[in-house]
Amino acid sequence: MVEDSLSSNAEFLSGWEMVVGLEVHCELKTRTKLFCGCMNAFGQEPNTSICPVCLGLPGSLPVINEHAVELAIRIGLALNCRVDESIFHRKNYFYPDMPKDYQISQYEKAINENGYLELPLSKKRVRIERAHIEEDTGKTTHVGGDGGRIHGAVHSLVDYNRAGIPLVEIVSAPDLRSAEEAREYVSELRSILVASGASDGKMEEGSLRVDANVSVRRSGSREFGTRCEIKNLNSLRSLGRAIAYEAERQVELIESGQVVVQQTRHWNEDQGVTTAMRSKEEAYDYRYFPEPDLVPLCPSKEWVSEIGSRIGLLPADRRKRLTSLFEGVESGSTFDQIVTVVGLGLDELVVGAVEGGADPRLALARAANEVAANMVNQANLSVEAFGELIKMESAGQLSATQAKTVLGKMLESGYRPQEVAASLGFEALDTAVLEALIDQVISTSPKEWERFSSGEDQLTGFFVGQVMKLSKGRADGKVVTAALHSRRA
Amino acid sequence: MPESISRKEVKHVASLAKLALSDEEELMYTDQLAAILDHARDIMALDTAKFAPTAHPLELNNVFRSDVEKASLDRDEVLSQAPASQDGRFVVPRILGEAP
Repeated sequence: MVEDSLSSNAEFLSGWEMVVGLEVHCELKTRTKLFCGCMNAFGQEPNTSICPVCLGLPGSLPVINEHAVELAIRIGLALNCRVDESIFHRKNYFYPDMPKDYQISQYEKAINENGYLELPLSKKRVRIERAHIEEDTGKTTHVGGDGGRIHGAVHSLVDYNRAGIPLVEIVSAPDLRSAEEAREYVSELRSILVASGASDGKMEEGSLRVDANVSVRRSGSREFGTRCEIKNLNSLRSLGRAIAYEAERQVELIESGQVVVQQTRHWNEDQGVTTAMRSKEEAYDYRYFPEPDLVPLCPSKEWVSEIGSRIGLLPADRRKRLTSLFEGVESGSTFDQIVTVVGLGLDELVVGAVEGGADPRLALARAANEVAANMVNQANLSVEAFGELIKMESAGQLSATQAKTVLGKMLESGYRPQEVAASLGFEALDTAVLEALIDQVISTSPKEWERFSSGEDQLTGFFVGQVMKLSKGRADGKVVTAALHSRRA
Repeated sequence: MPESISRKEVKHVASLAKLALSDEEELMYTDQLAAILDHARDIMALDTAKFAPTAHPLELNNVFRSDVEKASLDRDEVLSQAPASQDGRFVVPRILGEAP
C-alpha cells in the first residue's frame, strides 16, 4: 500500500486527519545502572554486567543513582516541565526480560510533568505530558524458527546487561498531525537530549526508542478515534513510514465499514506494514503499587536550579546563535541549513570557523551539505582545519569544486586543507597564468569578446567556462569573472 | 454489605501471579484477602482530610548512591545457578506473547 510515499499519504488522507502521540524511551548517559553499580555500556559480552540487584535475587535492594536523577531533571528542564516530588511504583508483569517480574517505574507522580517542545520548522508547540524515570529491561533473543522471530521459536535466550539501565520515558500529548511532524519532533527531541548531556541519542544502538500512538478522524472532528500503538520503530525513516502506513490502514478500514480495534502493532521494516502483535493477554493488568524499597524523590529548588545552570546550550539557543550571524533568516533555505547543522551537532564547527574569520554563509553551507553527508567521519574534522578550508575557498585559493573535494579528503584522513590541496595538486592559479589563459580565450573567440566588451553580460558564463576548461578546473569561477570584468573596463 | 473480594477476582489475581491454586486454597485465600480488605475499608472510613498522603512509612527521602562502578558477578558462576544456559545467556522456555 504505502511504499515510501509520504507525499501521496497527504492526498490519500484528504478529508481525514491523523492524530499521533509519541512515547520516547531514552537511555541515560550514566556510568552505572539505575539501582546498582553495574556498568551502563553498550555492546558488552552478554551477562557480564549483572549483580544481585539487576538479577532480582532475593534480599537485594535498589539504591537510586543520583546522577540518573540529575540527568532526568535536565531533561525535564530542557522540555519546560514542572520538576517536582515523585515516587516509584512497581509495574507487575510476567515476562523473562525482567527477572524480578516487575519493572520499577513512576506511575502517579512523575518527576517531570506538563512541559512542551517547539518544532523549529513547523513552528508548532507540542505538549509533553510527562517525562518519568524507569529501568530498562533485559534483552531476549528467540532461537529456532526463522530469523529469531517469536513465531516458531524453540526457546529464548536472555541477556540482563540492559536490565536496570536508567531510562527516561518522554510522553507527548496527541498533538502531532503528520508523519513529517512526528519525525521533526523526534529529531528535535534527540538534539535536546544530546545537547543537555542526558543521552547519546543513538537510535541505531537503541539509546532512543520510539513507540507511536496513531488514530485517525474526519477533518474538523474533535473526538479522537480508536488508537493503535506501533512498536519497533528504530529510525526516523521507520517512524515516518510506519505512521503513514498505519493512518492509511485505519482510514481504509473505516471507509470500508469496518472498525479500528485498539491494539499493539509491530512495524515490519522489510515488508513496510504493521501487524497485530500476537499476545496471550492483550489487556494487561499491571497492578501498580508503590515501590516499598525506595523512598520519595524530593529535589530541592536549589538543586534543580543548580542542575539548570549545568545544562549546556539547547538547540533553540544554538539556532539563535547561528541565526545571529546572518541577517533576517527566520525561514528559507539558510534557516533550513541552520536547523540541519544544529540537529547534527555541527553548529560549534560553524561558529568556531566564523570566530576564526571564515565567511558565515560558506561555512554554514559546507557544514550543512558536505560535512552532514559524511557524519561517520565528522570526528576527524577540527574547527581550525574547517575554518582554514573555508578561508582558502573564500580567498579563491580553491574553487568550489576543489574545496568540496578537499573537505571530503579531510574528513576521511584528518589532514589539514593545505596538505590535502597540495597532495591533489590544487594550487591556486598564479595571476600571471590566469591572465595568460584569458588572453588565449580572447584570441580564439574575438567576436564574442567584442560583444562582451560592449556590455553583453550574458557572455560572462561562456568566457568563464572557456577559462575553466583550459585551466582543467583549477581556476576559481569568481576570480575569473572578476578578471574578465576588469579587462573589459 | 457486598463481599470485599469475589472468588473470581482471586482466580484472576492468582493467574496473573502464575499461581495454580486448588479449590480449597482459592476459598482459603478469598477469606484471608477479604479480611485484609475489610480492615482497609475500616481505615478508609476514618476522616483523614487533615493528613497529607504518605508515600513511604519512613520519614526519609532522596536516598542516593553516587554513579560509581562496582564489580559485577562472575558470569559462569551466575549461569551455573540457572536451569539452562547457552552462549552466555539464560535459556527460558519459548515465549508465546511479545513483551508487554
